[in-house]
Amino acid sequence: MQELKEQGTLQPAMPTCWNEETKPHKFCPGCGHGIILKALGEAIDELGIKGKMVYGCDIGCSLLAWDFFAIDTVQTHHGRTTPVITGMKRANPDIIGVAYMGDGGGYAIGSQHLFNAAVRNEKITIILCNNCNYGMTGGQMAPTTLPGMKTETSPYGRDIEATGAPTKGPEMVAAVAPEGAYVARGTIANPRQMKGFIKKALENQIAGRGLSFVECLSSCPTNWRTNAKQTWEFVEKDMTEYFKVGELRVPSEMKEGK
Amino acid sequence: MAEVSLKGEQRVFMTGNEVIAWAAVAAKVDIMYGYPITPQNEIMHYWTRLAPKHNKKFLQTEDEISAGFTSLGGVLSGRKAFTATAGPGNVLMQESAGMAEMMRLPMVYVIQQRGGPSTATVIYAQQETTLTTFGGNGEGHRIVYSTAGHQELFDYTIKAFNSAWTYRFPTFILGDGYQAKMREPLTIYDPEERGITLVKPEPILGDTERPDRPYKHLRNTYNTEDELYNVVMANQRDWDAMADKVVEWDAKGCEDADIIIVTHGIVSRAGLGAYNQLRAEGKKVGYFRPITVRPFPGKQLQEAMKNAKKLLIAESAYGQLLKLVQTHTYGSTIEIATLLKPGVGITSEEIYEECSKL
Amino acid sequence: MARVTKVALAGEGGQGVQSIAEILAEAANEEGKNALYIPNFGVEQRGGVSIAYVQISDGHIGAPKFIEADILIPLSPRAVHRTTEHAGKNTIYIYDNSLVAEGEVNDNIVGLQYFDVTPPCPTADQPNKDLPQDMIAGEPKTCSFSRPGPGIDPKDIPEVKKVIAIPANDIAKDELHPRVFNIIILGAVIAATEVLPLDAIKKALEAKLGHKFEANPKLRDMNYQALERGYNLIKGAM
Repeated sequence: MQELKEQGTLQPAMPTCWNEETKPHKFCPGCGHGIILKALGEAIDELGIKGKMVYGCDIGCSLLAWDFFAIDTVQTHHGRTTPVITGMKRANPDIIGVAYMGDGGGYAIGSQHLFNAAVRNEKITIILCNNCNYGMTGGQMAPTTLPGMKTETSPYGRDIEATGAPTKGPEMVAAVAPEGAYVARGTIANPRQMKGFIKKALENQIAGRGLSFVECLSSCPTNWRTNAKQTWEFVEKDMTEYFKVGELRVPSEMKEGK
Repeated sequence: MAEVSLKGEQRVFMTGNEVIAWAAVAAKVDIMYGYPITPQNEIMHYWTRLAPKHNKKFLQTEDEISAGFTSLGGVLSGRKAFTATAGPGNVLMQESAGMAEMMRLPMVYVIQQRGGPSTATVIYAQQETTLTTFGGNGEGHRIVYSTAGHQELFDYTIKAFNSAWTYRFPTFILGDGYQAKMREPLTIYDPEERGITLVKPEPILGDTERPDRPYKHLRNTYNTEDELYNVVMANQRDWDAMADKVVEWDAKGCEDADIIIVTHGIVSRAGLGAYNQLRAEGKKVGYFRPITVRPFPGKQLQEAMKNAKKLLIAESAYGQLLKLVQTHTYGSTIEIATLLKPGVGITSEEIYEECSKL
Repeated sequence: MARVTKVALAGEGGQGVQSIAEILAEAANEEGKNALYIPNFGVEQRGGVSIAYVQISDGHIGAPKFIEADILIPLSPRAVHRTTEHAGKNTIYIYDNSLVAEGEVNDNIVGLQYFDVTPPCPTADQPNKDLPQDMIAGEPKTCSFSRPGPGIDPKDIPEVKKVIAIPANDIAKDELHPRVFNIIILGAVIAATEVLPLDAIKKALEAKLGHKFEANPKLRDMNYQALERGYNLIKGAM
C-alpha cells in the first residue's frame, strides 16, 4: 500500500485532512458517518481550507469524531455545537467553522439554535446526519423517525397522531433563512452528489454569503437491526419517500456562478 | 455630566450595570454575547452603545444556553468574551459553565442576583450563591468574586478576566439587583495606566494567523472511569494551587471579638456598618467578609474566629452562605447565630439589632 | 465616622419621585460628596407607590437601604402607609397637605420589570397642553394631581421628630405649573437635608434639562421658581 502511494499510482483512500492515527474509526460497521465525513474530508482537501478550519461535533455518535480529523476540533454539549461554532465565527470571522451533529443535536435539543442561526444567517456550515434515531444512546425515537418506524421509545411503531410527523429540517431552514443561505439534503446512497453539496456549503461560507446547511440521509444498521441489503433499502427507498434529496436553497450569486 | 472616558482616572456616578460595561471595555474585552433578563439588561444596553466606539462586538442570542455556549466559542477562538445573566438565566448558564470547568475555558460570567427560586422577583437576593459556586455537574472548579459596590464591580470585573485567562477556570462576578440598579460614585481608570497588566488572550482553537499550527482535539467526554478520574483530579490540583493565590477576604477586629459578623456581597456593607457602630459603643465585635466565595477563605475564617464565642451570619438567602461557612469550619463547636432573609435586603440597623441580642 | 444623611421619598407612579431622587444624588456627587441612590421597584408597582432611597455623606455609605430615614417625604396617603417603617424619633417628616385624591393607576400590567418606567400621570387634566408637544414627546409625564379628595390624614402620620406640611400639589397646579410639582418637592428636600446648597441642584437641573431650557427659557424660570418655592417653604419651618 505504502509503495503504491509513494509511486503515486494508488490514490490515497483517506482525505489528507483525516487523522490517520485514529483510523480505522470508531463508528459501527455500516454506519453512514464514515461516508459523510469522507465527503467532508475530500471537500476540505479540495478547497485547501484545513488551516482555517474548526470542526465542532455534538453529543451522540457524532462525538466519536472528536479526534477524527487532523483539524482543530471541539466536542461540545448536546445541541450546543451550533452556538459554539457561531460564537467562534463571530469572534474570529477568518475561521471556517463546521458544526457537525445528528438529528437530536439539530432538530430537538439544538433546534432553537439551528432555527436562530438560520434566521440570523450565521456564516457557518452545519452538517447534520439524519439516521432516523438516536444511535449512541441505544436507538430511541428521533425527530426524524419515520411514521410506523419501531424504535426503543416507539416500540409499536411511531404514531404520528401522538408524536408528530418527522421533522423536515432543511425545509424549515430554507423557509426562514434569508438570501445568501445554502440549504441541501444529500444521501450516503449518492456520495458524489452529497460531497458536491457539502463542498458548496463550504464554498458558501468562504464567500461569506450566509448560513450553509446540509442534511445527509444516513444509516444506522446497529439500531435499525437491518442487514446490509435492508439498510440500503431503508436509506434509498423508505427515507427518500419522506425526505427529498436535492438542493432547497441556492444563493443567487452561486447560481450565477460567481 | 462629563463625558465618560477611560483616559487617566475619572470619578463617575452611574448604575452598577453601566459600571460593568465600562469595566469590560477597560479590560479590553472583545465581544459580549447575551440574552435579556432583569436586572442585568442594561449591561447589554450600555455595551451595545459603547461597542461601535471601542471596536467591540456583540451578539444577542436566542437564550441563555446559547449565550453561554457562544461565549465559550468566543474564548476558544482567542478573544476575551463574557456574558451576563440572573436568576433562571443563571440556571441555564450552568450548562456552559460545566463545559468551561471540564475544558478549562477562560470564560467570564456576570451574575446580578434576583429573587429565587424560579422567577420570584426581579429585584434582589443572595440566593444564587450555591448555584454560582457549585452549579455545574462537577466539583465547582471555578472562581467566584462577590462584590459589594461599584468600585469593586469595576475592579473585580477587570480582575475576573485576568484570573480566568491566567488560571483557566470559569470566573464569575456575583453581583445583585441592588448593585445593578443603584447609583454611587467610583473611579474608573485604564488598568494598564495603574500598573495592572492585562493578560492577553490567545486562541485555543482556530488560530487563523498560524495556518500551519499543530491541530488540537478538545473534548469533554471520556470513555472510562479511570480516564475521567485522572482529568478531574488534575483539574482539582490546579484548582487547589490557584486557590491560595486567588482567595480574598476582609476581616476587622476579630482578634479580641466575642461575636464575629460574617457577611458577603452588598450585605457586607451593612455588616461593616453594624460592626463600626457596635465597636464605637465599646462592644467586642468582629467583621469577616469572604470576597471570593469560591475559593472560600476557610483557613482565614478559622484563624479569625479562634478566640470568638459566636458567629452571626447575615445573608439575603436561607443558608447559602451559612452552608459555605459550616463546610469550611467543620469541627468547630462555635455557636452560629443567623439572620437569614431570602430575597430581602438587610440594613446595618437590622444586623446591629440582631447582634445586640446575642 | 462621617454622618450619613438618609432621605426616603415616596409617591404615586407619576409624581416623579425617582427623577428628583436621581437629581438629588447626582447633585451631591457633583459637589464632591459621596451619594448612593437606589429605587424601590418590583411588585410594589402594583398599587402605584414608588419609593426612592438617597444617602449623602462626606464619608462612607453602607447598605443601600435603611430603616429609619432622617428625612421622609411621602407624597400621597398610600405612600404614608407604605413608609411607616421609615419614620422614627429622629425623622423629619415632610408631606403634601393639598386636598387631592391619589392617582388611580390603570394597572393591568402585572410584574412590571423595568423599574424606571414612570407611568403617565393618571389623573392629570391635560397639564402639558401649553408646552410644545414634540419637546415632551416620549417622556414620562410627571405632574400634580387634580381631582379633589381628602388628601393625607395627619392622624396617619407616625411619631417623628418634626412634621412639616407643604401644599406642593396645589402650588404646582394653581400658581406655577403642574409639571413642576416634583421640583417643588426637590427644593423642599434640599432645605431639609441642609447638606447641599440650592445652587448644586440648579447645576444638576441644568445638566439634565439644559438643552430643553435652551429651546424654551420659560422652562428654566418655571423650574427655578418651583425649586425656590419649595426651598423657602421648608427653610422657614426648619
